[in-house]
Amino acid sequence: MSDATAETPRKSSLYRTSDRVKRRNRSEVRFRVLGLTAIGIGVAALALLVISIIGNGYNAFRQTYISIPVELTADRLDPDGNRDADEMSRVTTFGYAPLLAQSLYTYLQDQDISMEGVSPQALMAMISQEAPAQLRRSVLDNPEMVGQTVDLEMLANGRIDGYFKGRVTMASAELDSNVTPAQLQLAQRMADAGIMATRFNWAFITNPDASGQRPEAAGLGVAILGSFYMMLVVLALALPIGVAASIYLEEFAPQNRFTDAIEVNISNLAAVPSIVFGILGLAIFINFAGLPQSAPVVGGLVLTLMTLPTIIIATRASLRAVPPSIRDAALGLGASKMQSVFHHVLPLAMPGILTGTIIGLAQALGETAPLLLIGMVAFVREFPAAPPEGLFDPTSALPVQVYNWTQRADPAFVERASGATIVLLLFLVFMNAMAVILRRRFERRW
Amino acid sequence: MNDMRVLERAVDNQDLKIAARDVDVYYGTTHAIKSVNVEILDKTVTAFIGPSGCGKSTFLRCLNRMNDTIDICRVTGDILLDNEDIYDAKVDPVQLRAKVGMVFQKPNPFPKSIYDNVAYGPRIHGLSRNKAELDEIVEKSLRRAALWDEAKDRLDQPGTGLSGGQQQRLCIARAVATGPEVLLMDEPCSALDPIATAQVEELIDELRERFSVVIVTHSMQQAARVSQKTAFFHLGELVEYGDTSQIFTNPQDSRTESYITGRIG
Repeated sequence: MSDATAETPRKSSLYRTSDRVKRRNRSEVRFRVLGLTAIGIGVAALALLVISIIGNGYNAFRQTYISIPVELTADRLDPDGNRDADEMSRVTTFGYAPLLAQSLYTYLQDQDISMEGVSPQALMAMISQEAPAQLRRSVLDNPEMVGQTVDLEMLANGRIDGYFKGRVTMASAELDSNVTPAQLQLAQRMADAGIMATRFNWAFITNPDASGQRPEAAGLGVAILGSFYMMLVVLALALPIGVAASIYLEEFAPQNRFTDAIEVNISNLAAVPSIVFGILGLAIFINFAGLPQSAPVVGGLVLTLMTLPTIIIATRASLRAVPPSIRDAALGLGASKMQSVFHHVLPLAMPGILTGTIIGLAQALGETAPLLLIGMVAFVREFPAAPPEGLFDPTSALPVQVYNWTQRADPAFVERASGATIVLLLFLVFMNAMAVILRRRFERRW
Repeated sequence: MNDMRVLERAVDNQDLKIAARDVDVYYGTTHAIKSVNVEILDKTVTAFIGPSGCGKSTFLRCLNRMNDTIDICRVTGDILLDNEDIYDAKVDPVQLRAKVGMVFQKPNPFPKSIYDNVAYGPRIHGLSRNKAELDEIVEKSLRRAALWDEAKDRLDQPGTGLSGGQQQRLCIARAVATGPEVLLMDEPCSALDPIATAQVEELIDELRERFSVVIVTHSMQQAARVSQKTAFFHLGELVEYGDTSQIFTNPQDSRTESYITGRIG
């Protein structure tokens, strides 16, 4: 600041960019590049995640089946011959297994398919251990089938299934004690003959979980139902409690130290690690209140506690976003406080409340840690009853099922776990889309 | 609209509607209104004028207890409406506000249809027994607010879709629909253009036939145009209160004179 004072404006051409402006432009460009890089990294990470999950998981939606005619010989399945389901149930799964093996053996012979290098035991091992159990169930449901020859579609063993999905190769079979290259060659011949085929696997969505030896039969049915029941509990509890609490705090509560303390605590609750809620649920709902373990009602209660802060914070934010002039207008007309809230403020805040609730629900749907502590990791094969009784039956949950499957030894479960993740992600995408649609639909200008 | 009309505007009614005695208002520790005494007449337009922050809006909001909604606001003294103390413990502010309607500075129609906006007050106060009666109230109120001709064909369209001036007239119709005895207006024209302002002012003059109207305004011209009585507030005090013609032509207090001649405020 010497002689170049304000009185004598410096002469300069607009066509020449000054150094200051150049520096400013350069830093602007740098910032833009930085931002684009950040977004790029984020998008790339997401894409990688989605690609790897879908790449691993889409095979879970396909399954290999063996289709052959099976003669259900009466003297094996119903020795007394009176087709009584109770008596027939004395024949265990082990009684059915030889039947399937025999039928397969005979059928392959009839079709002139060479079983070179495959012993009868090895041939039987190509059929899933689940297949005789499924056959037994359908026979017991339908005793007239006995004595007839039926066309049966049975699950192939997980290793054979893996061969058609590229998971198991001739080279890996050499090292694997569970499967031999000869079995795979036979499987290939059967596939060429049309006896073995891979098709879409509805059972993955509808079946219950299966034990570690039969990954080919494992499904998400119980887990989906369990998650659904929990969401029902969360929705039924968290929405009314959360909205009522927010309305009271935002519209009616006096501003004093007590409400300030509540407010701080609600914000803090939102940051509490979810496993802490699991410990709380274990201590209060199971040990103290005596509710059953592994039950969706307990899971729902725990997730409600976890979701409440999210819903309260979102609801309060959307209530606060309603302009005070609307409240004044209603009060000025002689509406009571409650009328002004329920007739005017709440409808305007509704889109925000719904969005918050759905996001809270989505968060609860994907939550695993608290469920581990209340026993929802259990291996559950029985479907729960319809609600409300079903809320007290043991079930699994989607994210816990993913966790469970990733721990099992058979690599086929890795594929299942990825498949389950896809299902979970689809539910989450669906819920978030609902949130967007509801917000669009209910949004009103004022 | 020239100020000469002031002289023609005589007060033709001497019935007392609202009487405020020694009213003090505190916002926390701030003394916003200092010992105000004022008597508001029935079927008269009373204007509150004064510089920003002088307490005229605060005092207006005391008259229908809208200040109750502000936690830190405290009101002492008596405000009598037809000789009943509105701050009495027995008085429910909800009932009071049905008698003392209010129109706000910014048009604030509900985001509902025009019909529902006007019908809301009668509905919550149970003023109509059936749909036909409600229709009648809505039509009468819209006519009284000079909005019927513009709105009759689109009663089911949102009130927020109207122009600013129409919205403010809708708010007036809404306030009129509950059948109030006093209508409080807090700078009703400050968000409107001159044409809409003129329409609303004309309307205020018509409303005088039925209600006592109290209007807060920043514009001295507006006070002179629409009111019969004028109160001048300064720094929380009621400096001068009298006939509008007297306030504007022959103010008794030097502060009033400074304000209306543009030296303060």
